[in-house]
Amino acid sequence: MHGGSEQLRRPASEKTPGKGDGAYTLGPMQAGPVCCDPQPLIQVDNLSLRYGAKTALDNVTLDIYRGCITALIGPSGCGKTSFLSSINRLTDLIPGCRTTGRIRVDGCDIHESACDVQALRQRIGMVFQKPTPFPVSISRNIELPLHERGIKRRADTAAIIEQVLRDVGLWDEVRDRLHASALSLSGGQQQRLCIARALALNPQILLMDEPCSALDPIASGIVEDLIGQLRGRYTIVIVTHNLAQARRIANYAAFFWVGGHAGRLVEFGHCRQIFESPAHELTAAYVNGVRG
Amino acid sequence: MAETVPVKSAGIHRDRFAQLTIYIAAFMVCAAFVWILSDIVRGGVAHLSWSFLVDAPRDAGRAGGIGPILVSTVLVLLVALTAALPLGWMTAALLAEYVSADSTFGSAVRYSLQVLAGVPSIVFGLFGNAFFSIYLGMGFSILSGGLTLACMLLPILVSTGEAGLRAVPDAYRLSAAALGMSRKTTLFHLLLPAAAPSLAAGLLLGIGRAVAETAALLFTSGYVDRMPGSLLDSGRTLAIHIFDLSMNVSGGDASAHASALVLITALLLINIAAMRLTAGWQRRKIVPE
Amino acid sequence: MLWLLCGAAGIAAALVLLILLFLSAESWPALRHISIGRFLNDPSWNPGESMYKLTPMLSGTLYAAGGALLLAIPLGIASALFIAYYASPRGAGIYRHLIELLAGIPSVVYGFWGLTTLVPLINQLHPPGASLLAGILVLTLMILPTIALTAHASLLSVPPDYLRGAAALGISRWGMIRGVALPAAKTGIAAGIILAAGRAIGETMAVLMVTGNVVQHAASLFDPIRTLAANIALEMPYAMGDHRAALFVSGLTLMLLVMMLWSVAAQLGRNRDG
Repeated sequence: MHGGSEQLRRPASEKTPGKGDGAYTLGPMQAGPVCCDPQPLIQVDNLSLRYGAKTALDNVTLDIYRGCITALIGPSGCGKTSFLSSINRLTDLIPGCRTTGRIRVDGCDIHESACDVQALRQRIGMVFQKPTPFPVSISRNIELPLHERGIKRRADTAAIIEQVLRDVGLWDEVRDRLHASALSLSGGQQQRLCIARALALNPQILLMDEPCSALDPIASGIVEDLIGQLRGRYTIVIVTHNLAQARRIANYAAFFWVGGHAGRLVEFGHCRQIFESPAHELTAAYVNGVRG
Repeated sequence: MAETVPVKSAGIHRDRFAQLTIYIAAFMVCAAFVWILSDIVRGGVAHLSWSFLVDAPRDAGRAGGIGPILVSTVLVLLVALTAALPLGWMTAALLAEYVSADSTFGSAVRYSLQVLAGVPSIVFGLFGNAFFSIYLGMGFSILSGGLTLACMLLPILVSTGEAGLRAVPDAYRLSAAALGMSRKTTLFHLLLPAAAPSLAAGLLLGIGRAVAETAALLFTSGYVDRMPGSLLDSGRTLAIHIFDLSMNVSGGDASAHASALVLITALLLINIAAMRLTAGWQRRKIVPE
Repeated sequence: MLWLLCGAAGIAAALVLLILLFLSAESWPALRHISIGRFLNDPSWNPGESMYKLTPMLSGTLYAAGGALLLAIPLGIASALFIAYYASPRGAGIYRHLIELLAGIPSVVYGFWGLTTLVPLINQLHPPGASLLAGILVLTLMILPTIALTAHASLLSVPPDYLRGAAALGISRWGMIRGVALPAAKTGIAAGIILAAGRAIGETMAVLMVTGNVVQHAASLFDPIRTLAANIALEMPYAMGDHRAALFVSGLTLMLLVMMLWSVAAQLGRNRDG
């Protein structure tokens, strides 16, 4: 039954064992180079973003590499979240918000009229700081976006629901109460449900906006492990204030800072390099200040 | 402590006096409420029986019951809701989800609904008579009365619906958009269900308002107290029945009392249900935080 | 989808215009045949003989509404203060619900109660009983909930910091209410009072049932009066031609009066938000 459902979703699944300690039944790692041969998946050129008269982001140019985890770090209010939401054009929903510059996802300019924003968002999953399960049942939370995408057959949706709940390690905890309200879950469970909901659309990219900061330390640890497990299968961009966490899970780090009343990108590089031999003195001060 | 008393005593006396006045005012309001209710109950309960509820009125309402009148009341209400609900909730959805709070169209709609909410019911009666009864040729009928009521209910349905939708946290909208769900799906599968208690409370308030209405129906649905055969027949609602018995029929007081008791009981139940819904809804909003 | 919603909203918005249009169209014959001055200066209201003096009814409307406001404003504000600052939480909840239920009682029931209870009582005091006073008392009960509920809502929106600040200065409860809470809430309370005035002016059934409906300028509280709204309800069933049009004129007057009041109230509300 379980095997069958996996087959349904990922027929290419050769019996490759999941990465890590085996706590989660993750699918196989995506084939190809992981991070040593960086291939840009998201290319951001000269992105500026304004809320009314206030500039939140100023001229950011940054490549996000396929299959890697990129952490966005920096103090509050330096535009990390704005950067994240402009990748899936969630900024369109904020009144008075204007972006300039170019963002290409897999080579396509997302601001071009040929780009269907709904399809774009289906390819890019997003997880918010506060868990935001819909006030409906656990299974319905995952079904809603699937229906939207045209996956309506009961057997298909059931298989995907089981698969993604297994992926986030929630299946054994909720298998008996899939029809209970999602609001009855604990904070950590809710956040994992939100991740599962994003995974159900089988996205290429996952955007995570401080996914652990509203959770208690234990739940936070579980979610962090989970994110580590997702490396390779998805391209992940994560905003975090927890530098230790960024160090543990990220391949790349981008350091943002507020300069001249607007957020700017100060430095981007391998996680190790950012933390151990930062090129910019602001980065060094931030990384050391928090560490020391 | 003793030395502070002289300094404060004037303030304390004023404080006591204000408190006393406010308690007396509150007591008077309560007393008036109890007085009205007890008068209606005392006058009506003796005359009330099952046969009063189902029989047809005889002798201009002095004897017999209110069966056909209850039927007309329900029919008028159904016509009003059928017309007003889709219109009201669609407008609410537009105002809350599709236009920004300060757009010209949105504020024009909101302003005219505000005006509509303030229009006296007798003016609705005049309009209904001129437009539905005469211009559209519906005559004195349940249909024309129901449509007139629908105009009156629109503002309530829109404002409660809009408030309910706006109370749904924005996080739901953002997550739904991030999942690539269209606005239509989001609205129907997520936002409207989440706002359902408030929609239901608005519905109940609207029903209460409709059942209580008299002046708007006087020259639209008419006075005829026979069992209506179709929606184009004239039908007398309960509120008009009370009015007619007490003003135009001498010796109709007992029936009027009993009818008033029926009306007021129905309205109290509807209003209490609406309060329960809003209270429960506010509680539920707080809990998941 | 969007067009459907816009259509619905358009209908809702157009309704006000439609009402104004039809009231004006029906009033037109009267406005054409009868000069505005005659509504004020004719010897009496006697449509059978083409005399259309509206002023007694206008004065009746204003007396009744004004008297009711005079009573309902203190009672309503006191009720709001009681809920907000004096009653225990439980008592406040019960009292608030009671006020809401009071608002839900239909006007015909108020009228019926006034007719069977108040009018005989006033009759013992000073015949005939059906009088301006009875109208004022019934209207007071009807508009009190509007004033109390809006006043309570605006008291609730007074920032609690103000009140804590006042309490920290050792100001008494009444001093705090008079010096801090009421001034901070005054625009909201004023808006509520204006809405209540609109309701009092437009109220028909209850007033019709208890005021005796004699067309005259009231000389005392015990004189019967007739209001504009009651006049419409009484004469519409048999009015024809110019008479009917004259009734629509009074309806249009009522509507414009109420619209004006609501615009003022809305303006107050906006100023408070801004």
